[in-house]
Amino acid sequence: MAMFIRVDIPEDVQAEEPLRKQLVEVCPVDIFALDGERVVTVEANLDECTLCDLCIEASGSRVKVVKLYE
Amino acid sequence: MRFYEHEAKQVLQKHGVPLPKRSVATTPEEAETAAAEIGGPVVLKSQVLSGGRMKAGGVKFADTPAEAKDAAAAILEIEISGQKPMGVLVEERRAIAQEYYAAVTWDARAKKPVIIFSDMGGIDIEEVAEQHPDHLSRTNFSNLRPFSDYIAKVAVSKTGVTGNHLGPLTRIVTALARVFVQYDLTLAEINPLARLEDGTFIALDSHMDMEEEARTSQRALLRELGIPDEDTRLARPPTPFEVAGAQVDAADTRGVAGRVVEFDGNMGLVIGAGGGSLTLFDAVRAAGGKPANYCEIGGNPSVAKAAALTKLVLSKPGVEKIAVMMNVVSNTRADIMARGIIKGCIEAGRDPGETIAIFRIPGSWEDEGFKILRKYGVDFVDRSVSMHEAAARAVAKMGA
Ligand code: SF4
Repeated sequence: MAMFIRVDIPEDVQAEEPLRKQLVEVCPVDIFALDGERVVTVEANLDECTLCDLCIEASGSRVKVVKLYE
Repeated sequence: MRFYEHEAKQVLQKHGVPLPKRSVATTPEEAETAAAEIGGPVVLKSQVLSGGRMKAGGVKFADTPAEAKDAAAAILEIEISGQKPMGVLVEERRAIAQEYYAAVTWDARAKKPVIIFSDMGGIDIEEVAEQHPDHLSRTNFSNLRPFSDYIAKVAVSKTGVTGNHLGPLTRIVTALARVFVQYDLTLAEINPLARLEDGTFIALDSHMDMEEEARTSQRALLRELGIPDEDTRLARPPTPFEVAGAQVDAADTRGVAGRVVEFDGNMGLVIGAGGGSLTLFDAVRAAGGKPANYCEIGGNPSVAKAAALTKLVLSKPGVEKIAVMMNVVSNTRADIMARGIIKGCIEAGRDPGETIAIFRIPGSWEDEGFKILRKYGVDFVDRSVSMHEAAARAVAKMGA
């Protein structure tokens, strides 16, 4: 169970296939994975988030990285 | 890595240090033959990598080959510090007039090798240093410039050795210093270095440790000594706790969480960064703390790896609290470490605020780390608190 980081992926991101793939590619710690027609977060890797913001930039700030300790 | 006595003597022999006649035996029968070939009384010594052989019964004397056979049979059965001997060194026994001590090791403060010489050998050198400081000399030298015999002569003569003893002792100490530098040793010791009743000098026992990292550059020497690559030469077999530590490190390639060594204290240590582990371990001990372990964590380990190491340390019976301390970090993130350590505590069923005696990882991403530590009520300090102060603060909380 992730304790420190939550990543929210809005539905409009799910609608864009290239972006779904891009999220998987940009994240350095494998927090995103493809699951059929959707992109999902990998629970076991969430706390490894490096706060690099690459997913945020790729999605035009639609993906949200939430620090649970703030 | 440590050498067996017979290997250390092989190295000394290459460099002209006089030694007793000797042979390594792996069976009582070989010991009997060796004693017959040497002729006369012999001493038989267990070939193990730890000290304390005499006390453990690993050194015996024999006047005849038959006695040598019996003595070897007994020695080969004795485990010393958990180690079975790889063999028995059978050596001629000589009549001794005086014993000396000679060693070359690293002087961390001077950042140079140091020759330690005493005209009171055969006994614990720490005891000589404490009770007879005038009988012990320390002489630093450069390991970059060629070693001069003159330095060895100074080291020997500082203890009052003069006359016809000075020359042969200087030659032996010179050889020891050259061996130390040439083979990347961390310790080259002869104790006792004996003056025999016939006036000659001879190395009776020797102890050598080589830099672990020098195994590749010193491959030629290791081959010459018959030491295969897989012979790790640890001073004792790893404990299950240490094996588990190596597994934590091997399971995840991100960063380092290794060299876990078990001790019997109550304070778990998660320490590292740029040589910081040794300093921090010493700082804990200097403050009166009792470390439960040594370890080296750094190189930006993953949250999972830091958590796994924390859980391992906390799983050790008797560990009350852990101290998480590093030198100033640049390539390890303080916030990632904070996440890992806190996660490890919680997964181990411990309250991080109660369990982490101190968190001192100043440097990269420390402000983010501080937010996490505050949220979980962990006592933390920044670089304005020295490693020694942080260690003392952690020790003060033990049993509190
Ligand atoms: S911020 Fe970086 S590490 Fe974190 S989820 Fe986004 S891409 Fe991955």
